Amino acid sequence: MAEYSAFSLLKNALAGNKDWKPAWRKPDPKASYDVIVIGGGGHGLSTAYYLAKEHGITNVAVLEKGWLGSGNVGRNTTAVRSNYLLPQNTRFYEHSMKLWENLSHDLNYNVMFSQRGCLNLAHTPAQLDDYARRGNAMRHLGVDAELMSVEQIKRLVPALDVSGSARFPVLGGLMQPRAGTARHDAVAWGYARGADRRGVDIIENCEVTGFLRDGGRVTGVSTTRGEIRAKKVALAVAGSTGHVMQLAGISHMPIESHVLQAFVSESLKPVIDTVLTFGMGHFYISQSDKGGLVYGGDLDGYNSYAQRGSLPIVDEVMSEMLALFPGLARVRMLRSWGGLCDMTMDGSPIITTGPLPGMYLNCGWCYGGFKATPASGWCFAYTIAKDEPHEFNAPFTLDRFYRGLIIDDKGQGANPRLH
Amino acid sequence: MLITCPYCGPRDVIEFTYQGDGNRQRPQPASQDLDAWNAYVYDRLNPAGDHNEIWQHSGGCRSHLRVVRNTITHEILSTAFARGGHKSADNRAEGRS
Repeated sequence: MAEYSAFSLLKNALAGNKDWKPAWRKPDPKASYDVIVIGGGGHGLSTAYYLAKEHGITNVAVLEKGWLGSGNVGRNTTAVRSNYLLPQNTRFYEHSMKLWENLSHDLNYNVMFSQRGCLNLAHTPAQLDDYARRGNAMRHLGVDAELMSVEQIKRLVPALDVSGSARFPVLGGLMQPRAGTARHDAVAWGYARGADRRGVDIIENCEVTGFLRDGGRVTGVSTTRGEIRAKKVALAVAGSTGHVMQLAGISHMPIESHVLQAFVSESLKPVIDTVLTFGMGHFYISQSDKGGLVYGGDLDGYNSYAQRGSLPIVDEVMSEMLALFPGLARVRMLRSWGGLCDMTMDGSPIITTGPLPGMYLNCGWCYGGFKATPASGWCFAYTIAKDEPHEFNAPFTLDRFYRGLIIDDKGQGANPRLH
Repeated sequence: MLITCPYCGPRDVIEFTYQGDGNRQRPQPASQDLDAWNAYVYDRLNPAGDHNEIWQHSGGCRSHLRVVRNTITHEILSTAFARGGHKSADNRAEGRS
């Protein structure tokens, strides 16, 4: 098993890097496990890691239909933040932030967590008031938040057009200094190695094709690599939730799958030293450690299971970028990609026992699953191990819609593509 | 993506506004059937494949359309007026009705 230390780096550097071991094994599936986690993305891998680390449950298989990191964990814009308004969200995402802050150390794997801050720009007085309210709500729960003036923003992001003649003049902003970015692939690899070294079997190229049932209870899965039984079957399949739940006979969910695109420009010298979000549209941007601008905007807006986007959104995102940064007009776009978002009706996730006996469900991450990766796995592992939610994920039930207990941070109602 | 409006013919997707899942049934306004309301407001079929959905040709004739579209390939399988079934895009050659 690959171990990383100053000594191992030096030893391998001197030996031509020929002695590195694979970070995780490639085991064949066993006939049965205590827990099967469907989905080898960030949330599935972190679930397996915390099941082993926090609860001592190591007879676990993670089933991934493709290769590790081929889904949403490698298809996002790497931003990490906990700047929410509602206390249910703030507590959960702040727990995630605290796990992020110790993650490289905990995993012995450098996830390149960079607390460069996240700044939400305000363009109207009402919006600035709203951000002040949100900042106060955050500080009330012990999360860092600072309201920034135009002068401060100008010093922080010199490339930003803060002049009065800008298409959408900047009036201020809300900064969360502890927010930032992390290297998304390293998060997947770090969790995979951490789970593997504690005994978890990570089984790639293993697609779930159905569920094994005994009476009403889920007792395992049928896969492209045979039937595998388990006491508990946990789903963490992000955008494919609707499809996989249909395999289990549940045809309707409070979820729609949509595609979200992201973009990277050619590498530039440092121009943006924070994560920036645009308050008049939907646009967010940061700069990667390699120098590429990483940015994205809205969903394509209609149900989709295609991991690729369409041109109208490319056009819209570029327009929004140029409204903020006219000076970037001649920067060339290097590549784009699309990821699947399972959009819930209130914009908040679902982490719960059920809905079938023997099943556990983690889904509905909307645009924002990446920042939740540590807390999602941590809470889901707790829920699987103890058959009850932790207080951090107790509000994120599947029946909250029916019961009228929605967690609607944006106040946009039951219209999934708006969240 | 091109959507063929029964009135206007094939037009780019940017002329259209997505109105969501076309399978949902709105209960009668006076209904107190909580299950029916919950299903209407929150539940979605969300298939990976052919999807029955409503679009509006908001940048054109403003008709509401029922569109069957594949959510994996984005192929449009059929379009028709959402209400009444006056005519589908497949028989446009017969002229306006």
